[in-house]
Amino acid sequence: MSSQRTHEVAVDLGLSLRGVVKTFGALRAVDGLDLDVRSGTCLGLLGANGAGKSTTMRLLTAQAIADEGEIEVLGLPVPAQSKQARAQMGVVPQQDNLDIELTVRQNLEVFARLYRVPRADRAAAVGRALQVAQLTGRADTKVDDLSGGMRRRLLIARALVHRPRLVLLDEPTVGLDPQVRQELWALVDALRSEGVTVLMSTHYIEEAERLADDVAIMHAGRVIARGTPTALVTEHVGRRVLEVYGPPARLLEVEQVGREAGLPTRRTGPAVAVLRAETSYSVADLLPDAVARPANLEDVFVLLTGEKVE
Amino acid sequence: MSTPARSAPALRRIEPSAVGAVVFRELTMYRRYWRSTTFSSIVEPTIYLLAFGFGFGSLVAQVAGYDYVDFVGTGIVATAVLFSSAFPGMFGTFVKRTFQKTYDAVLAAPVDTEELVTAEALWIALRSGIYGAVPMLVAVGFGLQPSWGMLLVPPIGVLTGFGFAAFGIWVSGIVPSIDSFGYVISAVLTPLFLVAGTFFPIDGLPGWAQSAALLNPLFHCVELVRGAVFGLELADLGHVLALVLFAVAMWLLAVRRLRSRLVL
Repeated sequence: MSSQRTHEVAVDLGLSLRGVVKTFGALRAVDGLDLDVRSGTCLGLLGANGAGKSTTMRLLTAQAIADEGEIEVLGLPVPAQSKQARAQMGVVPQQDNLDIELTVRQNLEVFARLYRVPRADRAAAVGRALQVAQLTGRADTKVDDLSGGMRRRLLIARALVHRPRLVLLDEPTVGLDPQVRQELWALVDALRSEGVTVLMSTHYIEEAERLADDVAIMHAGRVIARGTPTALVTEHVGRRVLEVYGPPARLLEVEQVGREAGLPTRRTGPAVAVLRAETSYSVADLLPDAVARPANLEDVFVLLTGEKVE
Repeated sequence: MSTPARSAPALRRIEPSAVGAVVFRELTMYRRYWRSTTFSSIVEPTIYLLAFGFGFGSLVAQVAGYDYVDFVGTGIVATAVLFSSAFPGMFGTFVKRTFQKTYDAVLAAPVDTEELVTAEALWIALRSGIYGAVPMLVAVGFGLQPSWGMLLVPPIGVLTGFGFAAFGIWVSGIVPSIDSFGYVISAVLTPLFLVAGTFFPIDGLPGWAQSAALLNPLFHCVELVRGAVFGLELADLGHVLALVLFAVAMWLLAVRRLRSRLVL
């Protein structure tokens, strides 16, 4: 009895993947993935292109079927009961697939039906989605005539028309101007404050830092680090970074200094960053030309994956 | 004490609400482009009707026991149904799947591939039932006698159109690019519509070609339309059966093919 209760508390997960493998020919796009997201939290899935983020998203909607492993979404096994799960989730795809020939309102009306919003509630649901997208005044504009930012807001609002309990955002701000990106962040933040579970893949570090309660770093089809942004930074790269800009010869010297002090280093274009600098008294003296800055999630990402991100 | 964690509504395999939602999308789109679709779906068969009607009609008075205008005015229904079902099935489905990614959005909603295919084929079929009857009405203007049996022609068009729409959807999942439809049109559709007993009776063809025509769904459509307009016979049940079999087979192929393309 009590063990069962513990179990029920334990399954209050928005979604979970256990040992999931998905191959495409010789490519292991998802390779032993374990990931769960607690209900009501936002998880940022951080990874370079090809890390397996989009495949993971497709697995959650049963638009890709795993070769191995178990997937549950909102407590429902996927793909077995994927349809029930999809009825309660909203998906914002990476690639805009709005019907550009239709008006903003028509796009929302179609999705209100696809998501089975009852007839009596449809008008209200569409009205609410228009407000979310801040497009009430443009309801009868053809999507083709909207700006890029408006389209992306509509793409997000379209996924919310049925008040989903879980929202998947696949690179929600890729290719957008910085100010448009900030508008969308406010939208995602509002979702989280309403208690909606959010899984957001991104390769923008700042986006994950700003929006996610928890970050999972994905590399070669699996999660290689998981935690709050702050905890990940402290655990993997410490608090302070010393950065030296200089010609290649100087950068090699700096890397040598780091090695001798037992500190990890990483290259960032024309500079070398010495991580965990707070743990060594001497290293700052040895690098008088260094600029000190707080460690950040990008340091973690590059250190762990060896890959560059934006 | 195991209560289900969530009260999930039971969703059936093919839900009318899912099919209805996809059809609603098509209907909303159709309100934008109905003029061009209607134009090409009606004008093209009507041109065939006039060309053959006047061209052949002046040479032959009677074909297979019919006045030529009666013969071609009923046969043309199958051509119109074919044009207005196979083409949207092929091109429309291909564009929505590959370029617009519409189906990715639909399948992320609680809609499965079989519902998507059913909805797309059904919508095209309903349209082609109407479009199919129009050239016949034009033929009435040229002397085809109106009859109550003509009311059966739209349902026959819907049944035939469903099969050819599903055929188009199936093919759209096979071809590597949109240009490849040219092969299908030339090698499959053109022979089908020429050797269906539309413009000339198949009795004059060699024996093997007559047997082959029995495998042509359009032949069964033509026979059924003539039966409806000039008097049904028991043999027409066989034509209905052939069209039903065709529709079911094409639906199965289309669902399987599209699922393999949409679900990785």
